[in-house]
Amino acid sequence: MKFGVVVFPGSNCDHDAFYAVQSVLGQEAAFLWHDSTDLAGSDVIILPGGFAYGDYLRTGAIARFSPIMRAIADFAARGGFVMGICNGFQVLLEAGLLPGAMLRNRALRFICRPVYLRVENAHTAFSNACRPGQVLEVPIAHGEGNYFADADTLEEIESAGQVVFRYCCPDGEITNDANPNGSVHNIAGIMNREGNVLGMMPHPERACDPLLGSTDGRFILQSVLNAALDRVSTTAWAVANVNRS
Amino acid sequence: MPQITAELVEQHNLPPEEYRRILEIMGREPTITELGIFSVMWSEHCSYKSSRVHLKRLPTRGKAVLQGPGENAGVVDIGGGRCCVFKIESHNHPSFVEPFQGAATGVGGILRDIFTMGARPVAVMDSLRFGPVMPGAHGSPHVERNRRIVRGVVSGIAYYGNCFGVPTIGGEVVFERCYDNNPLVNVFALGLAQRDQIFLGRAGGPGNPVIYVGAKTGKDGIHGASLLASAEFSGADGQQKRPNVQVGDPFLEKLLLEACLEVMQTGAVVGIQDMGAAGLTCSTCEMGGRAGTGIEIELDRVPQRESGMTPYEIMLSESQERMLLVAQRGREQEVLAVFRKWGLDAVEIGTVIEKPLLRVKQYGETVAEIPNQALTDEAPVYERPIAAPPRTVPMEPPPEVEGVLRSRGREQLTDDLKKLLADPTIASKRWITEQYDTMVRTNTVIGPGGDAALLRIKETAQGLAMSVDGNGRYCFLDPRRGARLAVAESARNVSVTGAEPLAATNCLNFGNPEKSAIMWQFREVVEGMAEACEALSTPITGGNVSFYNETEGQPIYPTPVVGVVGLLPDVKRHTTLAFKAEGRTLLLLGGTTAPADEAKVTFGSSQYAHTLLGALWGLPPDVDLDYERNVQACCRELIAKGLVESAHDISDGGLAVCLAESCFPNGVGASVDLLSEAAAGLSPVYSLFAEDPSRIILSVARNSVAEAIRIAGQYKVRAVEIGITGGSDLKISQKEQGVLDAPVLELRALFDHALANAIEGEASGLPVEN
Repeated sequence: MKFGVVVFPGSNCDHDAFYAVQSVLGQEAAFLWHDSTDLAGSDVIILPGGFAYGDYLRTGAIARFSPIMRAIADFAARGGFVMGICNGFQVLLEAGLLPGAMLRNRALRFICRPVYLRVENAHTAFSNACRPGQVLEVPIAHGEGNYFADADTLEEIESAGQVVFRYCCPDGEITNDANPNGSVHNIAGIMNREGNVLGMMPHPERACDPLLGSTDGRFILQSVLNAALDRVSTTAWAVANVNRS
Repeated sequence: MPQITAELVEQHNLPPEEYRRILEIMGREPTITELGIFSVMWSEHCSYKSSRVHLKRLPTRGKAVLQGPGENAGVVDIGGGRCCVFKIESHNHPSFVEPFQGAATGVGGILRDIFTMGARPVAVMDSLRFGPVMPGAHGSPHVERNRRIVRGVVSGIAYYGNCFGVPTIGGEVVFERCYDNNPLVNVFALGLAQRDQIFLGRAGGPGNPVIYVGAKTGKDGIHGASLLASAEFSGADGQQKRPNVQVGDPFLEKLLLEACLEVMQTGAVVGIQDMGAAGLTCSTCEMGGRAGTGIEIELDRVPQRESGMTPYEIMLSESQERMLLVAQRGREQEVLAVFRKWGLDAVEIGTVIEKPLLRVKQYGETVAEIPNQALTDEAPVYERPIAAPPRTVPMEPPPEVEGVLRSRGREQLTDDLKKLLADPTIASKRWITEQYDTMVRTNTVIGPGGDAALLRIKETAQGLAMSVDGNGRYCFLDPRRGARLAVAESARNVSVTGAEPLAATNCLNFGNPEKSAIMWQFREVVEGMAEACEALSTPITGGNVSFYNETEGQPIYPTPVVGVVGLLPDVKRHTTLAFKAEGRTLLLLGGTTAPADEAKVTFGSSQYAHTLLGALWGLPPDVDLDYERNVQACCRELIAKGLVESAHDISDGGLAVCLAESCFPNGVGASVDLLSEAAAGLSPVYSLFAEDPSRIILSVARNSVAEAIRIAGQYKVRAVEIGITGGSDLKISQKEQGVLDAPVLELRALFDHALANAIEGEASGLPVEN
């Protein structure tokens, strides 16, 4: 499988995602320059962490207008797998590929530390290697990761099983204390209704090597690979999600 | 053209005798632009005029050193055709005047120094010193302001480093009264490069184009080097000098990094240097100076943020995120194409010329023409007067303190440990370090909170350990001993991870060098540092001197900060400070018990004396450098042989704090008896809290103890069993009499929350309600 890793000029986790795809998944990886519309035949697109165009305006606000994002929107509309990590999640929100918006962390500070995530829906392209309810230790590193959506949208994504990961305690309990940034419903990662586009604030590519701590990020990366290998139809994922909820 | 009057010369911080030399060199009255150029290049910050004669004493060569002082950063060989490039620099005054931007641009400046050499920055560490943030008996009247400075500095470092994409993986943070009006922000950065792809700041090949890249030049930071970095502060300066602080743009720096590394791959780059202190002036004359050539530039072509800037302003601007490079004539287009790709301004602003001088033109007219040598090698050098100041603190403990020390019982000693763990200088720095991206680039094996930070090198599976360390209080009491201790501890921090120290960088923070007492401190520190660097085989490959750290005549403690970098052949064979399991034997490696009279004298330099007694006396401990070297070598061998589960050196707060810190990460307790550590006739206060050097606490599986002790014997290093890990408490006895006993979780809670509470108030540890 080929993973395309998007490079905005201010991406800084692009090399990390690239390395994880190659060394952990053993798959082909390619950098995709923001100014191009060529996805180089990728099966999965990763929008990595960083500060796309500096993010001085609002995270991801300018990135949505880049040529590569037009190509990615088309790719996603055709059912291609897209995974936005951290800044990538912010870009997907701004681009309208995922519902909701990001606010600054409630403490108004950047936060970098390992957090615990509960797998809320294990029947997705991004979590099929996990057990339902499994708790994963994956680090976060962001200043604007406070996910927000209005009540109707929340209701919709909750009922459709689009919430994939939630911040939790080590034992899986969902508490306010376990919420590092103030996200509504402790949301750490969501997917679109069709189930082929995921955004998550935590960094699975940083949790792949025992030398660096947790290896739980592998479950997430392996899930995408499984999905891409299976090419199970995207509608099947969505149906499965709806049935579960 | 303004008249060069005596007042104008004085405003430029040039003493009359230096101005007379300028007249001699020029053979005429300088233009205002030339006067400005001289004033920044001859400033203390750029010329090292007070420090140069002493710095020669430092060892700069070693088997691994590829590039010593004199370039943008030092370069050290790490084998396999690779090298690491590192340096530490100060940004003290800007961070006091404008904490956020001052600290942010401090990070930006050192990062440019690293990638200018062709290396990709992979790590940043910060050595920070502030006035106290806790009110109290020994507190400061400036607690609120100090908190604001801490918040500003930390968020500035985070803002710049996080966006740029370099992990901030460690450092030190110290709170002490002497930094009330002069905080210290020293930033260390390290990058990796191919050995055969190191770039230097040399303007080779007359006729070659000189290309300006990056941000447009604006009126910010004019005279940063001369007025901010090379002069004392007085009362109103804090506000008045704000326009002298630069403003940082980390995104632009990220673009510069990627573009510079890419353009270096073309083979069309002859030399490159960043525009840091003294901006365009410094980069043009230094690049010419190093190559024995000259540079002629045309200011009309310099990208400018506003119209109507004078040559003076353009030459002295310290606008950030700018680079100057010399390309091969005929290959300009290749170079410009790369910068276009990254959306950067890149303009040919001049050429390399044969004559070794800096020539500046505007609208076709020469506005400045100065021989390079006059600005660089021939800048003034001073042998400043040196005189040891009279001691202002006693050698012996004050009588009332001695009474307190003698009478401490178990409850009081336990309480003392709690107070120490909750002192912001000792307490966990998590409130600060969580604001930094510590993991980007996915190489951080040991991040903030360890003795040293440890990175893996993906391509080779090697580990690179690094530590920054200093202790101003030690150096105030005895600068030579203090400097020796700083080198020893920084190297020891590296050794306890298992890595062998290779080389060092230093940041020397002092008061006004025009005072003989300050110069005495400086000379003593350099001498002490030289002795220790020689003994421990850690040559100094570069660094920075920061004088004039005084406000209203009050100098800081002399504060040399030493960064040591070490190499671990196999990163998997490292160790951390955390106790991993119960039932492990605790070995105290190294150290000897000081005789009672000496212990009393050195205890006055300890964190305990500072925090618990609010007192200062005596001298710092005297480190035996030969013994220190053996202790470290022994520790590394024990780690390499896989005999050690944890290793943590004893430093601030002594043995008790060291043990507590090892208990915390996994909540593993320990029981220790200090039979051998109890000096005759001394209270247990000393064995618990004294900070004698060359000591490391190891946890060792029972079946490895004999082997570990045997190996220690080969190094002629003491290794004594002092206890065992396990249980949920930290229990310490002396001659079987309990002297300290507390639940690990209770101690950890104090340690974890103290800093957040101190900076944000008691309620801060709690998350805000949704």
